[in-house]
Amino acid sequence: MSKEDISRRQFLNYTLTGVGGFMAAGMLMPMVRFALDPILKEGSDQKLVAVTSIEELSNEPKRFDFKIKQKDGWYESDVTQSAWVYKAKNGDIIALSPICKHLGCTVDWNTDPSHPNQFFCPCHLGRYTKDGTNVKGTAPLAPLDVYDSQVKDGKLYLGKAKPRKGA
Amino acid sequence: MLQKIYDWVDERLDITPLWRDVADHEVPEHVNPAHHFSAFVYCFGGLTFFITVIQILSGMFLTMYYVPDIVNAWESVYYLQNEVAFGVIVRGMHHWGASLVIVMMFLHTLRVFFQGAYKKPRELNWVVGVLIFFVMLGLGFTGYLLPWDMKALFATKVGIEIAMTIPVVGPIAKTFLAGGEIIGAQTLTRFFAIHVFFLPAALLGLMGAHFLMIRKQGISGPL
Repeated sequence: MSKEDISRRQFLNYTLTGVGGFMAAGMLMPMVRFALDPILKEGSDQKLVAVTSIEELSNEPKRFDFKIKQKDGWYESDVTQSAWVYKAKNGDIIALSPICKHLGCTVDWNTDPSHPNQFFCPCHLGRYTKDGTNVKGTAPLAPLDVYDSQVKDGKLYLGKAKPRKGA
Repeated sequence: MLQKIYDWVDERLDITPLWRDVADHEVPEHVNPAHHFSAFVYCFGGLTFFITVIQILSGMFLTMYYVPDIVNAWESVYYLQNEVAFGVIVRGMHHWGASLVIVMMFLHTLRVFFQGAYKKPRELNWVVGVLIFFVMLGLGFTGYLLPWDMKALFATKVGIEIAMTIPVVGPIAKTFLAGGEIIGAQTLTRFFAIHVFFLPAALLGLMGAHFLMIRKQGISGPL
């Protein structure tokens, strides 16, 4: 590099911008990281909660409410969640989340007279078959979430609702 | 790319003179520490402003987590300080900056006082500066209550008792500040509103006036 490549003014400009930028970054970095913290926080684990005894279950989806402990920042509380639970033909227990995969309304079982034996969401007429698969041509684009479940001592335990691949 | 965007805007709005006016404004030799090191005393005003900017920024970020409510205030402060990344630093900036801004402002006031820089024609700017001083003290007083811990509560009780000793209007001032008969839920929300809306708005207006007057009158001559 020859001497003429950079003028005194240019050099001072670069130096000032660099030092100023470094100082501004040092000031702003903690605050920006502070604000972005919720994005970078790991999701919380959820313990399995006893919901019902398995004798209550049948082939027909039935709604069960259960309480989970929820930690919301500095606020801890018991929150009620619901699940549609039934026994499949092969004996598996299926527990579906009632939250519509379109925009998060609550779905109900068998409440649309023109489409019996389906989950129905009244908000935008979204429908799901009994196993939670979304009916093509209705609003939702994915099947209902399935709860982590476990059977222990004749009782059904549910954990977190997990999303499935679209139909 | 940046140059092109700038040129596009400048062609339409002619913004160059706006910042050129500030950028080309010469610093007189007697206030430039590069010429006379003792001129560093002229930096205190600028430092006060710089710390004020940090206070405003860190305060804005703190309100992302803070709640001005007697049940949750302390918990939310504890959470943002101990659970959120860099919470200690952001709260620390606001906490220490609050003291530092008073120190810098005091030094700035001393400089202006001992140099007699407040004399005619700059009396009005002195008056505005004193108002800024009061607003800063108000910000310190109202901000002190917000963490809602024991120190905050009792310091505010004492502060409001002091306001109570004003002749004639004392009791009214007390009820007005406390937002009721006790120092409680309504005091906290009131102090929060004053701390983040009313006083900062007043501060920005006064600082604008302060700076405009410096520009209009120029800085006072050498001693």
